Amino acid sequence: MTPKPHRTPLHDVHVRRGARMVDFHGWEMPIQYRGIVEEHAAVRNGAGLFDLSHMGRLRVRGRDRRAFLQRVLTIDVDRLSPGRCRYAFLLTEKGTVVDDLIVYAGAEDDLLVVNASNREKDLAWLREHRSGDATVEDETFEVALLAPQGPRSLETVRKALGLDPGGLGYYSFGDFGGVPVSRTGYTGEDGFEVFVPAARAAETWERLVAAGAVPAGLGARDTLRTEAAMPLYGNDIDDTTTPLEAGLDFAVALDKPDFIGRDALRADPRPARRLAGLVLESRRIARHGYEVFHAGSKAGAVTSGTWSPTLEKSIALAYLPRELRKPGQEVEVDVRGRREKARTVKLPFYRREKT
Amino acid sequence: MSRPDDYKYTETHEWIRYNDKKKEATIGITDHAVKQLSDLVHIDLPKTGDSLEQGAPFGEIESVKTVADLVAPLTGKVVEVNKDLASDLDSLKNEPYEGGWLIRVKPSDPAELESLMSKKEYEEFLEADKEDEKESEDVDEDDFV
Repeated sequence: MTPKPHRTPLHDVHVRRGARMVDFHGWEMPIQYRGIVEEHAAVRNGAGLFDLSHMGRLRVRGRDRRAFLQRVLTIDVDRLSPGRCRYAFLLTEKGTVVDDLIVYAGAEDDLLVVNASNREKDLAWLREHRSGDATVEDETFEVALLAPQGPRSLETVRKALGLDPGGLGYYSFGDFGGVPVSRTGYTGEDGFEVFVPAARAAETWERLVAAGAVPAGLGARDTLRTEAAMPLYGNDIDDTTTPLEAGLDFAVALDKPDFIGRDALRADPRPARRLAGLVLESRRIARHGYEVFHAGSKAGAVTSGTWSPTLEKSIALAYLPRELRKPGQEVEVDVRGRREKARTVKLPFYRREKT
Repeated sequence: MSRPDDYKYTETHEWIRYNDKKKEATIGITDHAVKQLSDLVHIDLPKTGDSLEQGAPFGEIESVKTVADLVAPLTGKVVEVNKDLASDLDSLKNEPYEGGWLIRVKPSDPAELESLMSKKEYEEFLEADKEDEKESEDVDEDDFV
């Protein structure tokens, strides 16, 4: 007997559209519809549309919820005004990553949007570390999450849904006639995440597509986020890496009152290895685990690697000794037995033009 | 896309066009393989003069999400390689049976051709494969080729 994967409220919509479906950490998800490179380009140049209903949505309630979150999250929760979104971590006592997430600060409650692969782990962990009257509930299966992303996503949302999130600053959210919308994303472009009850998911999706949003799958999601040097749990960060090694210091408030993992990070504020960006000379892709060599000796390993449709190059992220993080260092990546030349570059690989 | 009637095919999605006069086989991969791979990024082909052994890998084709071996349908020697493909995979994507050919081989044993599938047999094989896939629920993110 094998348990069947979960399906999002949009599963049938994807299948009807001819999506190639795969089992992604227990969820049947679209990897692509028309093609990864085509969908990637739609997000970079216009508007793409992702189904993110597999991501964990954990609602935190109670008068004591902020004190609880202050102890388990790496950011300073006291500085979270309602309507703010913040990228943060849950850490182990050793300072290594349990999960990366986004916290949506509300007036009456807070929402944590977590990786699908870690939903059950995070829920158990949060409940284990609960304090006071704080409670944690899983809303994942009741609410669909649609993400229109790209330079034309704002006009697409306005046209399709008759609401205007144009006034939202980056990493803020608001309620638009009962529809929560945040200006967040994992693509490096302007974009929104729209929360709708499961029963309205298909209708909302079809409206956005009719207004010009191009359905995009997990394949394009990965090429987009890698170009933007955004980490993926399980690849670039996990319970053997710290946020400081990953260069994500901005999401760790080391000087705030004690939180789980703080002392371990304080003991090693300048870690010996750091996540670096590589561009390969060859078109062959450097995949997770491939070893990286410098001056003939092993220096580290690739955590994420893919084809960059924007740069038209093979790109990768790898943990390397801190000195090698400087741009312009020459290294080699062992790609299935053959050493391919690469050089270190400044991250991110791609940054959108600020308008 | 219509598959050529007079080509031979393999279960690993290679096609073979045999020129009886020149005693030369042109080898490529089928439209099905190209479609499965999607988003082609790179191809590794052998060099003129290299030897091929029926059933053994002779190169690699890579897409954004996967790497797949190219499997030799015949034993023989490589006499020509499609050099244009190294810089532009579009002809493979657009005309896998014509401009997208991969290598030309002098087979050491033309009798091996009889072990290959006809177009009809290949298409029946694809249908059976599709049926098997429908039954299996265990599709993994790593092996959707």
